[in-house]
Amino acid sequence: MAPAPAFSTVLLVRTVVAWVVTLLLFFPLGWLVLTAFKTELQAISVPPLLFFTPTLDNFVEVERRSDYLLYAQNSLITSVVSTLLGLAIAAPAAYSMAFFRSKWTRDVLMWMLSTKMMPAVGALVPIYVLAQTAGLLDTRLVLIVVFTLSNLPIMVWMLYSSFREIPHEILEAARMDGATVWQEFRRVLLPLGMGGLFSTGLLCLVLAWNEAFWSLNLSAAKAGTLAALIASYSSPEGLFWAKLSCASFMAIAPIVVFGWFCQRQLVQGLTFGAVK
Amino acid sequence: MTRFLPRALLSPAVITLFLWMIVPLLMTIYFSLIRYNLMQPEEHGFIGLANYHFFVTDPSFGPAIINTLLLLGSVIVITVIGGVALALLIDDPFPGRAVVRVLLISPFFVMPTVNALLWKHMMMNPIYGVFAQVWIFFGMQPVDWMTDWPLFSVILMVAWQWLPFATLIFVTALQSMNREQLEAARMDGAHYLQQLRYLYVPHLGRSIAVVIMIEMIFLMSVFAEIYTTTGGGPGDASTNVAFLIFKQALLNFDAGVASAGALFAVVLANIVAIFLIRLIGKNLD
Repeated sequence: MAPAPAFSTVLLVRTVVAWVVTLLLFFPLGWLVLTAFKTELQAISVPPLLFFTPTLDNFVEVERRSDYLLYAQNSLITSVVSTLLGLAIAAPAAYSMAFFRSKWTRDVLMWMLSTKMMPAVGALVPIYVLAQTAGLLDTRLVLIVVFTLSNLPIMVWMLYSSFREIPHEILEAARMDGATVWQEFRRVLLPLGMGGLFSTGLLCLVLAWNEAFWSLNLSAAKAGTLAALIASYSSPEGLFWAKLSCASFMAIAPIVVFGWFCQRQLVQGLTFGAVK
Repeated sequence: MTRFLPRALLSPAVITLFLWMIVPLLMTIYFSLIRYNLMQPEEHGFIGLANYHFFVTDPSFGPAIINTLLLLGSVIVITVIGGVALALLIDDPFPGRAVVRVLLISPFFVMPTVNALLWKHMMMNPIYGVFAQVWIFFGMQPVDWMTDWPLFSVILMVAWQWLPFATLIFVTALQSMNREQLEAARMDGAHYLQQLRYLYVPHLGRSIAVVIMIEMIFLMSVFAEIYTTTGGGPGDASTNVAFLIFKQALLNFDAGVASAGALFAVVLANIVAIFLIRLIGKNLD
């Protein structure tokens, strides 16, 4: 912890500017939360209301109008399962590339990233046709598969850059001492790479939870995720702001709160090897 | 054994990604060469390059490419400059810094559909929106954002979402700054701009490259923000390539033309990718 800085004009200016900018950037979200507790009339009052008697009616209404819990369950299952599946495929690949380098390693890595650069919409028609043929439209399974594959390049890359920070010598020492590959993985790599695995998992969980393109196009009432549910609230005139805000609030609250608690771990992995 | 194991570990990822890439690609190439309307599934005649011709001569094609690049470029410029500024602002301790960090990161966790609806209705609505009230407060005519400034509105939404991401990466990078070097520069009387030019920006170079790369990957195919707000309009004013292909496939039901368009998107993505590899490829080693 840095010692408390002495009072100075610079500090005062810095504090004020930082807080003003932060509150401005956070304002839309704060406004969303406030609106979720307003009545429809209060939500569109001119001038906008900052103080009012909060109501919980919207929450009741949203749950009644659309099965929030089903969508939340779909979001939770698809994002958690696709993240775990992705880690299981990406971690061995990243380990292999970080510790058994060959002349192909860089090309493989760049190729993997380039698959992520193809716009998802380019694969929309084929994937839609395949899912339809297999009878998988509007199932969680198809979303899990698609989320896993579309996050895989990012996962491999993040894990690769975090594994590369583990000194080679430690693994070699373990090998010298006669550790098997499994022991090397279990006793040395896993503890040292835990931070990287954790932050990669966190990022992919956030990406999968918020994924909108595939869930809008491949799922509907049965396997729809929260991101797709919210799009259905896009009534043309936006007459139901309070309910829309409430549904949005319920859709983002779990992941935002989760993100707040995990932000330090997340940030450590987000450097993508950019910090030496 | 030492040769077999690394390959065995690498292969699941390579094989799944290869299938994920090649199967849709081959199907897309096939679809792009036949007549394929989702409303008339029995007609599947070979029609050569007619779909390509149709997609390229579509009056929306040019604007869509320009909009894609404008969106990509503007968001990257805004988030990199804004992100560096914010990171420098909160790099040194001040009262409440932990809370500021948590609040600043929040938009990154918000799903694109919520982001889009929140801005469209509650911020930018020309009558009830917060912006309209602010404009009126200052005695100005409220702006009808979605109609008059559609692309700019989308840029604003996307930039709001990605600014925290850039800021966080820069904040983390600044933590590894050499404090003694910085102190020495201050002692020697380097003013702030000089410190910025010769110490901070060079130190951040690698992170800036990483931010540009990640954002390019995600922003090439911005979709949900357009789908839920402007619907690509008015006209083609906010249609990007991703949305144009979507329109052909699911609104015009023409899977053939959509597939031809998708191949253009792949080519565009590859051009950007080549540019990227030059920019950042050497940073990966």
